[in-house]
Amino acid sequence: MSLSRVEVEKVALLSRLRLSDAELDTITADLAKIVGYVDQLAEVSTEGVEPMAHAIEITNVFRDDSSSESLPREEALANAPHHDTRGYLVPAVLGE
Amino acid sequence: MSETYTTIIGLEVHVQLATDSKLFCGCSTRFGAEPNTQTCPVCIGMPGTLPVMNRRAFELALRTAVALDCEIPAFTKWDRKQYYYPDLPKNYQISQYDLPMSQHGHLDIRDPKGAFATKRVRILRAHLEEDAGKSLHDEVAGKGDSLIDLNRTGTPLLEIVTEPDLRSPLEAKTFLSELKLLLTYIGVSDCNMQEGSLRVDANINLHIPASSTDPPRPGCPSDQGKHTIATPIVEIKNMNSFRAVERALEYEAGRLWHEWQETHRKLGEVPKLTRGWDDVAGVTRGQRSKEESSDYRYFPDPDLAPVTVSPAEVELVRGSLGELPAALRARLQDGFALSSYDADVLINQGQAVVVYFLEVAESAGDAKAAANWVTQDVLRVLKETNTTLDSLGLPAARLAELIRQIKLGDVPGPRAREVFQAMIERRVDVAAALESLGIAAVDESELIALASKLLAANPKTISDVRAGKAQAVGALIGQAKKQNPNIDPTRFREICLQLIETAL
Repeated sequence: MSLSRVEVEKVALLSRLRLSDAELDTITADLAKIVGYVDQLAEVSTEGVEPMAHAIEITNVFRDDSSSESLPREEALANAPHHDTRGYLVPAVLGE
Repeated sequence: MSETYTTIIGLEVHVQLATDSKLFCGCSTRFGAEPNTQTCPVCIGMPGTLPVMNRRAFELALRTAVALDCEIPAFTKWDRKQYYYPDLPKNYQISQYDLPMSQHGHLDIRDPKGAFATKRVRILRAHLEEDAGKSLHDEVAGKGDSLIDLNRTGTPLLEIVTEPDLRSPLEAKTFLSELKLLLTYIGVSDCNMQEGSLRVDANINLHIPASSTDPPRPGCPSDQGKHTIATPIVEIKNMNSFRAVERALEYEAGRLWHEWQETHRKLGEVPKLTRGWDDVAGVTRGQRSKEESSDYRYFPDPDLAPVTVSPAEVELVRGSLGELPAALRARLQDGFALSSYDADVLINQGQAVVVYFLEVAESAGDAKAAANWVTQDVLRVLKETNTTLDSLGLPAARLAELIRQIKLGDVPGPRAREVFQAMIERRVDVAAALESLGIAAVDESELIALASKLLAANPKTISDVRAGKAQAVGALIGQAKKQNPNIDPTRFREICLQLIETAL
């Protein structure tokens, strides 16, 4: 299975990654190998096998609707690169 | 101009389900808390955490789907919808893609004023997903940063998508009102738009009859056999009320028509556009197009177990719904002979008022009078005193008694409102209210005696009436009221005219 440079550029954009030309070359080659590895699964015949939605055959796992303690705000914000003690600060979200 | 095209509208409605805790964790869903005080490692997407679904959220979603007559598949699962946005901490939203929990339902809408015929709006699907956080732009204006509040992250939402069956902004607004009525009736959401419990996006385009200047393009399969041309679809966002939805769609239909005349661009020739509604300016404005972001790369969320629902469970939910607004409306109109207007006024007040009305109507044996008293007087008092039926102090049985006694003539019609008011203020029954007001029913013999006395003292009135001026009796009514405020003026007038006639 081959992977084109254009496809890798698109995936990079969707993941908000800015890659240099050199990085794109390396990553295209690496990703092609990974996809090729996974693609070996296609060799198995799945004729008549029902697709599954989950690896473990369990269903209906629920919790009750009761609220519990949340994180103290300073802990919630502790790992944020920027915050003002009330909320996470991010570059302005425009265009909306 | 309005006849030259057909407006095609479909809606996407997000409804916040009325749970205490979030969809996948125990954080509170209470509105209005300080930013970032209702979050935990699960809803802010910390590595190693696992979501567990809120049973109540699924039940409320199921309840809604059944009320919308949706098909409920036996098996449903959740998927990750991947995109990057600052208010989405996991970088994916847990939603439903190819196996939603419900699909193919419908909701019937009607216009009380008859502007459009009663119609069935098909529901494409309704699925359960988590909400994202909020960006607070204004609060840090000028700093060049946006403040992110993740309190709302992970709140359970039901996304309800209609087929493009709506043909006018009024139909869209009516659909939303009917949907809100249904959802509040079955208790799944408070549908408060100001608090974001109900959010609407609208998709709109125009179908324009193919004319000689714009025939189907030869060789273009999608144009063949078509008598209409579809314009590109626009998605409108940022509408904060049902009225805003109606106005935005009215504006956009006009804008699309002008754009068509200028560009003659058809569906498929440009990417789908997103426009935001500016309620103050009354216009839609183009938003940055997300041409690449439509690739959400959905895949099944391995952290969540699928859910199965049996037909028996669906029937159990159906049985628990009670009478839905549409059925109730039909019962009020057909069973109680109420006008469509009266029926709507009662139903829009919610279940408690309808139940109250039904009790009054059945006990008083007069639905029309019951509707008048409830829709005019009871609702007015509730509004003026900002109270609820429970604390009003006027049980349905007492109002019914008042209506019966007015009919029997035991309560003089002209003073009925005073009696009603006294019953509420003093929290008493009809008899006690009459006593407190010093009202005694005036029987027929008293009325006749009073009329005879006044006629004898006013021979001019008699001669005027005999000369054909029946309105001359009016002067006597005033005098009679002074002598006995409880008289029924209509009956008194009739008696006077009768006496004058029989005395001939």
